[in-house]
Parts: sequence; structure tokens; C-alpha cells
Amino acid sequence: MSHVVSPIREKLVTGGKSYSDVTHDICKQVEGEPTKEWKIAFGISCLVFIYGAYCLFYTWWQGIGVWGLNKTVGWAWDITNFVWWVGIGHAGTLISAVLLLFRQKWRTSINRSAEAMTIFAVLCAASFILAHMGRPWLAHWALPLPNAFGSLWVNFNSPLVWDVFAISTYLSVSLLFWYMGLVPDLATIRDRATTAGRKFWYGLFSLGWTGSSKTWARYEYMSLILAGISTPLVLSVHTIVSMDFATSVIPGWHTTIFPPYFVAGAIFSGFAMVQTLLLITRVVFKLEDYITIEHIEMMNIVVTVTGSVVGIAYLTEFFIAWYSGVEYESYAFINRATGPYWWAYWMMMTCNVISPQLFWSKAIRTNLMVSFFLSIVVNVGMWFERFVIIVTSLHRDYIPSSWAMFSPTMYDIGDYIFSFGLFFTLFFLFAKFLPVVNMAEVKSVMKGVSSNFPAKKAKAAKKTEE
Amino acid sequence: MSSTTNYILGVYDDEDEVLHAVTAVKAQGIKIEDVFTPFPIHGLDVAVGHARTRLPIAAFMFGTLGMICALSLISYTMVFDWPMIIGGKDFFALPNWIPVTFEGTVLFTAFGLVTTFCASNNLYPGNKVEPLDLRITDDKFVMAINVDKNKVSAADIKKVLKDSGAIEVNTK
Repeated sequence: MSHVVSPIREKLVTGGKSYSDVTHDICKQVEGEPTKEWKIAFGISCLVFIYGAYCLFYTWWQGIGVWGLNKTVGWAWDITNFVWWVGIGHAGTLISAVLLLFRQKWRTSINRSAEAMTIFAVLCAASFILAHMGRPWLAHWALPLPNAFGSLWVNFNSPLVWDVFAISTYLSVSLLFWYMGLVPDLATIRDRATTAGRKFWYGLFSLGWTGSSKTWARYEYMSLILAGISTPLVLSVHTIVSMDFATSVIPGWHTTIFPPYFVAGAIFSGFAMVQTLLLITRVVFKLEDYITIEHIEMMNIVVTVTGSVVGIAYLTEFFIAWYSGVEYESYAFINRATGPYWWAYWMMMTCNVISPQLFWSKAIRTNLMVSFFLSIVVNVGMWFERFVIIVTSLHRDYIPSSWAMFSPTMYDIGDYIFSFGLFFTLFFLFAKFLPVVNMAEVKSVMKGVSSNFPAKKAKAAKKTEE
Repeated sequence: MSSTTNYILGVYDDEDEVLHAVTAVKAQGIKIEDVFTPFPIHGLDVAVGHARTRLPIAAFMFGTLGMICALSLISYTMVFDWPMIIGGKDFFALPNWIPVTFEGTVLFTAFGLVTTFCASNNLYPGNKVEPLDLRITDDKFVMAINVDKNKVSAADIKKVLKDSGAIEVNTK
């Protein structure tokens, strides 16, 4: 039952690894003492987190008056950061669900860390939603709970309520998918455990996994169904986020192109963030044999495709603004490109539309340093995209006397810093205590995709094909 | 796995070999208890003789339940309990309810499916199992045969396992 793999495919696992080598290489960082690099990186992210937590606490304490919002620009960095993080949070489920349905084997060594990143990114997004409510302790008012006002319910016709359901479903289903993927690997660590603590904790969370063929067969079905429902789920999340804007009557927001355009942008920025993290992880944990140049190249190709979709969406938006004949709509777009925020617009255009086109060159998309740099450029661009959509659409409204500009305060910036602190602290904890590569899945695709697979195994594989 | 059970374990180090061995062992009229592997092997469950799982049916039913629950909650709150005119729309504004209904369907499917999966495979936090072989979660494929449930003698079973390519034959 070996997988038939075309000989022109690049090897996905290099270095002649055996199954046991995979276990050893991946478990090493969980079982060993944390490295010096990890301690330094974790320390820095904790400091960032603490500073950010202070700023967030102050925001909660004083109210959102500490932000730079004004009467005209009522949404700015808060919603920009929210949409940015939710977008980033799309890549993990996309990699594990959509690529599973498409039987893309290269997903196996990157899906674990991409899914972890997804969960942390959605948590960062949630922090802005909570802060933006002004009174975060009343966040449960967004849920349909019986209450003291004679059960005044939430309005299910409102996209903001759809968003509450979309984000919370997405977070919990992603967490479930990720955890179920972890169970067999936690059992591996449990069975290798040399200390009582590790045996207890990994034993507790591996749920008594035995690896029986019956369990595995059902597990495969379960993963397939979860992938099947997560695929429309991941597409629904950013669709609904875009509807927060699209169902309003603000020129520049009220467009039907928003759902596909937002989803493409989300995949674009998510893959770029996965790329950034993978390029660091593979070096810090010495995983070059598992996360190969082939993986990096595949990711860059997805970034190019989705970047091009985003580019077409920008141009279509501009064209439709003119073609519609609505002068408010036309003005909103001319103001984006040539108004006081022209620099944000052109930053967005350069980073998102032009820079990913460099990946048409094989030399560039297989160059690690350039890939790393461009992956950050893409996310800078995607942040500016949301800033352009939100702030430049709002700052010049229907009455020129109320036109205004937005300038962030230290708490706008501090709350953004908080999200980075939270994201990296959680990511480093994950990378230390959980296996960063899905060992069971990598092993299951190794025959045929691993270079120099031990001779005996190759012979057995041949025998099967006969 | 209670200590009174009498198991013979054939240990293999290749997924294709263990798959062939399952057929070979069954051809000798030996009943296999189960095969334990570090990763899923396609076709192994069929070879061992496990029935096709009914998890997809469970998933569909949970999804339907989720859809009904979401639609019932929304129509109760928006049409019966506290109807409000919002944007001149009908109280029963079904198109607007599709997003939340969809999310409810997905949420119920996912949690119902995973709960069913865990329950049917006896997986729960704190379940202490004693693995038949610690290397199952690393790189070995173990075929377990319950001697008491077989008419073939233990010695014969061991010989068949050895012949089918097992690198070790152990008892537990």
C-alpha cells in the first residue's frame, strides 16, 4: 500500500530519516532542556507581553477614550488589528483542512505549527474585539442569553452578531481539530517519557491512545469529516468579517466583492505569517530535513496566487467605483489613492500586489532570506490594507466640516504590542511543550517522499507494488 | 488489557510487511485481535476485518441537530419572544439567519463527532493504558493475537508470525 509518488516530485523529508529518527528529532526539543535561544526569545516575548498587558489594562480601566479615535474616525487600529489577526488565523485551518482534502502531502510537516498559530492569532483578534467593546466585562451581552431585561435578545439580523458566532465557532473547532491531531503524538511522548511528570501530563492528554488499527481507521474518517466542515467554516469566517463592512452604507465598504476579496487576503497574510514562523522554527529546532526548501517554495507559490487575487480585487474595486457612477464611491477611492492617506494606499499596493510577483522567479522563491523578508513585507502590506479600508473610508465623510485625521496614541500602539506579546509567548510555549511537527502524519507519507529511505524498506515497498 | 489475557505479539518494522502479514496470518485460520501502528495504514482495517465506521452518520445527525437548534433559537427569539422591526424586514428573515445557522451546524457536528469518536474508542482524559509495546507509538507495527480465542496452538501461531516477516515474536 505504498503511496505512488511521481519521481519528478521533490523529496519532502531529506537526510535519509527512518521512522525512529522522526520520533527522536521531533521529541528532542520537548524532552530536552530549553535551549539558550529559546530562553532569550521567550524572555523577550514575555517582556513585550507584560508591557502590552499594562497598556491593555489601562485601556480597559479608562475606556477607549485613551485611543486616538474621534467623532469621524470611530474605528481605527482596533478593528484594523482585529481583521489583520483574524486574517492571519486563516492559514492553519486552510493548510490542515483544505490541503487534506486536496491530498497535498507537503502539508504534513507544517500543519501542526500552522494550526497552533491560527489559534493564537484568533485569540489576539479576540483581544481587540473585547477591548473595542469598551466594557469588556459585558462581553456576554453579545450572546443570546436570557437576561434581566425581559430577555431582550441579540439581533440575529446583524453581521456583528454573525461575527460573534463565526469567530467563536472557528476558535473552538480549530482548537478541537488541532488537539485531536496532537493526541497520537502526545502518546508517543508518553511512551518515551523518562520522568514521572512527563508521563503523567502527556498520559493525561493522550486520552489512552493505543494506536489500534480500528482507532486509526475511525480517526482517519473523523479527520476527513472535520476537514470537510472546517473548509466552509474557514471561508465563512472572513466572509462574515467582510460583511461587517459590506452590509453598511459607507462608500468604500458597501461592495459585493468584499467576501472573496477578504478571504483571498486572509489566506495571503496567513501563509505569509506561517512562512515567517517556519523559517525561524526550522533553524531554531534544526528541522531543515522536515521543513525543506520544497515546503518554502510551495508556500511562496500560494502567497503569489493569493497575492494576485488580492491585486485583481483592488483593481476591480477601483474600476467599479468609477463604473458605478456613484460620486461618493468614486471619491472614496480617489481619496484613498491621492488623499492625505496616499502613503498608506501605495504601501498596501507595493507590499501586496508588487512584492509577491517577485516569486515568479525560482531563484527568489527558493531563497530563504528573501522569502523571510517578503513574508514580513506581505503582512505589513496586509495591515495597511485594513487600515486603508477602515480609516481612509471613514476620515472624510459626507460633511466636509467633520473631516478628520486619525493619529494613534501610545495605547493604540500598546494594545497592538500586546497582541504580539501574547502571540509569541503562546507560540514559544507551544514550541517547547508540544511536538512542532505532526510525527504520525509525517511517518505516514515518508515512503516515497523521503530521500534515501532505508534499503530494506524500499525493497519491501517494491514487493508491494508487484 | 488485563494481565490474565494471553497475547502473542508479532512485531514488524514495515507497514507494507505488516499489511501482507495480516492476510497471511488470516489465511492460516488465525483470528487477529488487532494491529497497533504508529500511523494510519490505508487498507489495514479492512484487512484485519473491522467493520466500516458509522461516524459519518453520527456527524450528519449532529449537524442536523445543530441546524435545528440554531434555527429554533433564532426563530423563537426573533419571531415569538420579542419580535422587533429591524430595517423594515420580516420578523421571519430567513436569509439573514443563514450565517448563524451554518456556524451552529458546524459547531454541533465538530463537537458531536469528536465526542462520539472518543466514546467509541474509549478515549478519555486520565485513561491509563498499558501499551502492548512501547515502540508502537515510535516505529514498530504490532499484531496482537489472543491465544485463548484461537484454536491454533501458541507454538503454531508463533511460527506463522515468524514466517510472515515478524522481526520479533513476544508474549504478554
